[in-house]
Amino acid sequence: MLTLIKDTLTSQVVTLWRVFSHLWVKADTVEYPDVQPYMFPRWRGRIILSRDPDGEERCVACNLCAVACPVDCIALQKTEDEEGRWYPEFFRINFSRCIMCGFCEEACPTNAIQLTPDFEMAEYKRQDMVWEKEDLLIDGTGKYHDYNFYRVAGKKIGGKDKGEARNEAVPVNVRSLLP
Amino acid sequence: MTFEVGSGLSIGVILATVILVAAMLIWVERRLLSFWQERLGPNRVGPFGLLQVVADMIKIFTKEDWVPPFADKFSFVLAPAIIMTVILMSFSVIPFAPDVGVVDSNIGVLFVLAMASLGAYSVMLAGLSSDNKYALLGALRAAAQMISYEVFMGISILGVVALSGTFNLREIVLAQEENGWYVIPQFIGFVIFLIAGVAESHRLPFDIPEAEQEICAGYHTEYSGMKFGMFFVGEYLGLVLIASLITVLFFGGWLGPAFLPPIVWFSLKVFVFIAFFILLRAAIPRPRYDQLMTYGWLFLLPASLLNLLITGVIILSTS
Repeated sequence: MLTLIKDTLTSQVVTLWRVFSHLWVKADTVEYPDVQPYMFPRWRGRIILSRDPDGEERCVACNLCAVACPVDCIALQKTEDEEGRWYPEFFRINFSRCIMCGFCEEACPTNAIQLTPDFEMAEYKRQDMVWEKEDLLIDGTGKYHDYNFYRVAGKKIGGKDKGEARNEAVPVNVRSLLP
Repeated sequence: MTFEVGSGLSIGVILATVILVAAMLIWVERRLLSFWQERLGPNRVGPFGLLQVVADMIKIFTKEDWVPPFADKFSFVLAPAIIMTVILMSFSVIPFAPDVGVVDSNIGVLFVLAMASLGAYSVMLAGLSSDNKYALLGALRAAAQMISYEVFMGISILGVVALSGTFNLREIVLAQEENGWYVIPQFIGFVIFLIAGVAESHRLPFDIPEAEQEICAGYHTEYSGMKFGMFFVGEYLGLVLIASLITVLFFGGWLGPAFLPPIVWFSLKVFVFIAFFILLRAAIPRPRYDQLMTYGWLFLLPASLLNLLITGVIILSTS
């Protein structure tokens, strides 16, 4: 009984002291509007569409991002230009639905769609949260500076025939028996 | 007009100060709690967030004053008024400084205890008239807790009364001038009074009547606007009252080295105890309801009785 009382008392006093000693520990709070918090480069924030090093759109309108999106906030339509490059006719992200999960970025085969550390996306009107392609498309390459899908893929486009891609062998002539 | 016990000026200043201090405690508590939790707390409105209280008051005054249609209107409105009134009445017997006070009652200690008992009516009426299961549960718990903790709250300060030979709080302070602070001979009484005081003002860790996580807000679940504000401020008033009582009964009231005026000594001591109550809230988890009752009746009551018995024996044998 006495030890129980003693243990209870010491435990309470120790608890009080430990909590009190937090008085001289610096607060963890970042005073956000005054102080900008450090955002990690891989933070999943506002979504952008990047361009390849040549300045062309990376997106090939494969629809994988739209399929991966758990809340169905991505809508796009594929079209082709005269060189044979695929690109989205429109690309629309509804940020009032987006949950910043980053599945679209993981699904993207061309590193086109990327999430950025920007999180200040509040709007007064819900309509303003629907972003079109011209809002999403940036001029740079985003996180992957050297990647250029059409330069490594076997697809034929204007100015690059089959077999001219990086690390690509010339196609085998199936009608010839010569090595 | 002179500044003496019972003068109009004195009463006015005390009333205003006590209510202001109780309102400011909203800010003090949030700031202190946040420091102990490594946060910053409210620091946006005014310097250091000091005007947070003003913002809160504007909000609470402009809120819809709503009485639920199923509530018993008369007692619903009466309940918050009771708690404010009884606690402000208790302040009338507190001696703040040599010439500052409202009355020098010869039954000061009894008056405070009586008012604290009346406070239970406020809580019970609020819970009953709300016609809400959580409010009723809160009121049940509050009634049981307040009535049982009142018992040893009274017994624990009887030691001080026996030592000083008076119920007059001002004379208790003066008696401590000769005998030294009563916290030393009456340490057990002090600890029991502290615990009972926390339970009486239902503050954490004994905020079982209004445990947010279990029963919403207990007896004031249905209250909003200024009626809720009165419960809120009433609770802080109770906190100030308990802190002042501890100061007066055990820590020599306004007594202290002469380099500071007496009222400053009194405020300092009261603030230390208020900070301690807030620390208790920050550190100690809430016990279960039956644990609280068992602890009270099986441990605190015998301890306070024993304390009184030993004090009595010592007084008799030395006189």
